[in-house]
Amino acid sequence: MNRRNFLRNTGFVAAGSLFVPAFMKPLEAMALDELSLYKNLVVVQLSGGNDGLNTVIPFGNDIYYQKRKSIAIKPEEVIKLNDMQGLNPNMAALQEIYDQGWMTIINDVGYPNPDRSHFRSMDIWQTGSDSNQFLSTGWIGRYLDSNCQTCKFPYTAIEVDDSLSLAMKGQTKKGIALKDPAALFRNTNDPFFKAMLQNDKEHLDEDNLGYLYKTMIETSSSASYIQNTSKIYQSKSTYPTSGFANQLKTVSKFISSGLKTRVYYVSLSGFDTHVNQIGQQGNLLKQYSEGMAAFLKDLKSNNKLEDTLVITFSEFGRRVEQNASNGTDHGTANNMFVFGGKLKKQGIFNAAPNLSDLDTGDLKYQLDFRQVYGTILDKWLDVNNADILNKKFNTLDFI
Amino acid sequence: MSAKDNFLKVKHLYNRAGFGVSYADLQKLSKKNLDKVVDNLLKDSLKNDPINLVNDYESKRQLLVQAGLYSKKDLTDEEKKMRQQIVREQNEVSRDLNIAFITKMINTDAPLREKMTLFWHGHFACRSNNPFFAQQLNNIQRANALGSFKTLLIEVSKSPAMLQYLNNQQNRKGKPNENFARELMELFTLGRGNYTEQDIKESARSFTGWMYDKDGSFIFRQNLHDPGTKTFFGKIGNFEGENIIDIILEKPETSQFIARKVYKFFVNDNPNEDHIKELATHFYNSKYDIGSMMKKMFTSDWFYSPENVGTKIKSPAEFLVGLSREFYVTYNKPQVLIQLQSSLGQYLFNPPNVAGWPGGQSWIDSSSLMLRMRIPSLVLNDGEIDFSGKADPEDEAVIALSRTATTNANANMKPKSYVNANADWPKFLDTLPKGLTPLELTEFLLQPKLNAKITTMVSDNKGLRSTAVEITSMPEYQLC
Repeated sequence: MNRRNFLRNTGFVAAGSLFVPAFMKPLEAMALDELSLYKNLVVVQLSGGNDGLNTVIPFGNDIYYQKRKSIAIKPEEVIKLNDMQGLNPNMAALQEIYDQGWMTIINDVGYPNPDRSHFRSMDIWQTGSDSNQFLSTGWIGRYLDSNCQTCKFPYTAIEVDDSLSLAMKGQTKKGIALKDPAALFRNTNDPFFKAMLQNDKEHLDEDNLGYLYKTMIETSSSASYIQNTSKIYQSKSTYPTSGFANQLKTVSKFISSGLKTRVYYVSLSGFDTHVNQIGQQGNLLKQYSEGMAAFLKDLKSNNKLEDTLVITFSEFGRRVEQNASNGTDHGTANNMFVFGGKLKKQGIFNAAPNLSDLDTGDLKYQLDFRQVYGTILDKWLDVNNADILNKKFNTLDFI
Repeated sequence: MSAKDNFLKVKHLYNRAGFGVSYADLQKLSKKNLDKVVDNLLKDSLKNDPINLVNDYESKRQLLVQAGLYSKKDLTDEEKKMRQQIVREQNEVSRDLNIAFITKMINTDAPLREKMTLFWHGHFACRSNNPFFAQQLNNIQRANALGSFKTLLIEVSKSPAMLQYLNNQQNRKGKPNENFARELMELFTLGRGNYTEQDIKESARSFTGWMYDKDGSFIFRQNLHDPGTKTFFGKIGNFEGENIIDIILEKPETSQFIARKVYKFFVNDNPNEDHIKELATHFYNSKYDIGSMMKKMFTSDWFYSPENVGTKIKSPAEFLVGLSREFYVTYNKPQVLIQLQSSLGQYLFNPPNVAGWPGGQSWIDSSSLMLRMRIPSLVLNDGEIDFSGKADPEDEAVIALSRTATTNANANMKPKSYVNANADWPKFLDTLPKGLTPLELTEFLLQPKLNAKITTMVSDNKGLRSTAVEITSMPEYQLC
């Protein structure tokens, strides 16, 4: 029995429109001049701690082969990018993207005093905190809170998922999580849901009940806006069949239909490869690369690639030396990928990991991940990164 | 005081101090004087009934095997299987432990003790892969929930779960690890800004040698302890861990920090400094007697003032426990309770970090609110759920292992599944007085004051059952 069966007050469906309080400007009334060109950011999270050294392989370094006797990728299999580093053969789909100049690889991104717990390290990456600091808001959430010119809509940040990641939660504003715009639209058009949003001024204080109603109203208007804007768009591109590619296809639909969202968040999980890594990681990297390649080409064909920046991160890399189970254990610094049609520095951004100068068996970080965030906040989202990251981080010149 | 007035106060008390109250009990209780009701509540919670799900003997055996395997460099296939088997068993038992805790909250007849246990569960936030350690910590929090904060603090600090989580196993003479010392002051007692980095460094030395041994018992390892002189908050001495805790408790800031957190959990997200000060002073003067502070709070007039009634957002645990308790829900597949906790953002025993769940408005975003509004019809009307949620980061290894070459990513996307729960409607309806109207039921089920819209919505309702499902699906039901 679904909820509709217990609701008998169907009269409410027809009874009046939504009451939208003054402190929430109706989306429908936004001036057209605000619909200028939108720069989009897509964040791709690889959960579980992707092994960066078997993703971008330092085939030019003997130490790599010494430390990874049974799981190293042979030099002849590597997709060589220069004479030191190359891609895992399962990432063949990205070669074309790389050759087009749409991809930048940043080596050794991390933070001081790294934490090897998945949960804690993901927390640090999502909140942008120091490793001994606990923040209850995410870095994108604080961007939403900053009330900047570019982030005033309740649908400024969308996560293509059932639930919302901490990265997307601010103090006063939060992103919206949805896997299927049509389903969310249906739910917010449920007669009961609509009945709850009847003209009722009592609820519009800034207290907790007001907050609940505000969230409902925003969800409802965002759902309508997202559904009505994106439903007309039909992608002509074909995507591989995987959950990950589906998420990207949804993002592409949103971007290409001109949704005024700034930040999209998707994730792919399963990278915690302690045991028999080669097959598992290879399979995931293949899904990742094929999905990304289809996505980027789709954006290109819709003239959106120049307005889109995609970053990929994982909560940590893995130890340089393999373990006894043909896998790898939790490590520290890792590579990040940046994609887009307007990259300032294409290809490999900085020096390959130094495998002879390790911190008790782990890579030392060259760049703080908040420098990458800071660069994006400053140069792509047009806010001052110190306002979001609580201190100023030097920017990089990849964009 | 009018009978109706007392009825509302007792209802408020039981919503905040427990997980709600049945109509029948409420009627009985509200005939008593409010102070008596508070006494009753405390008396009911004298009983300490620990969770004894995880087998001590089996856990010790596993620990020994794990320790043995850990020290080996190359494992045979047999040994690898053994290790995997232990991890699998631990994961399974951890899930059972989670269900045991939430089920206990649903069924308890010592509601204040369980509510306080939930509070300490968030205050002394900890994750442990070892379900025996996790159970032990949960039982420490329950046993001392209303007792001496000092005892609670010392027992928590000596629990293997916390020693492991905050790296005190690695805290040794000459090579101090400051993690425990830092969180002890920042999150467990004094709060940020009430100590210096030097205080952390010095106290970390005092906790060197606080460890647990191979079979998971606390041990003070003299040979790893730094016996030298330490300077802590201006005092100089050969302080050991217990001395540090004593000095921390001498500082009134500790009582203020705990009182503020208790206030925000039980009274209002927006702190009232006068009321917090009242609580803190009482707590400090009672030598950190938790039960005494709780009584003080529940017997204060301000606890019942309108700005504190029906204005707090229920945590996911409060929401799920309250709903299940109210309607005598049986979960035929209790694992769904874990899925719901996780989707709503409060996966018990798996706090986001040592700071616990931030609470308040952070519980609510568009997806969690939509889900909360659907859950009552799912649970009470046996609806289906098409919500797969996210994998917990700690489950990534399991996902990695379970994934074959052909399954696609995000294979955790499940088809729709039924919550598969039964509400005991006859039992629920039996607690209600004869002739109760849908409007009166609404007044009972909701904590915020009714407004015209809700009154109109239920005014032409006929059945109590359909009214109950409707009311519990409202945004107003998210408040307590």
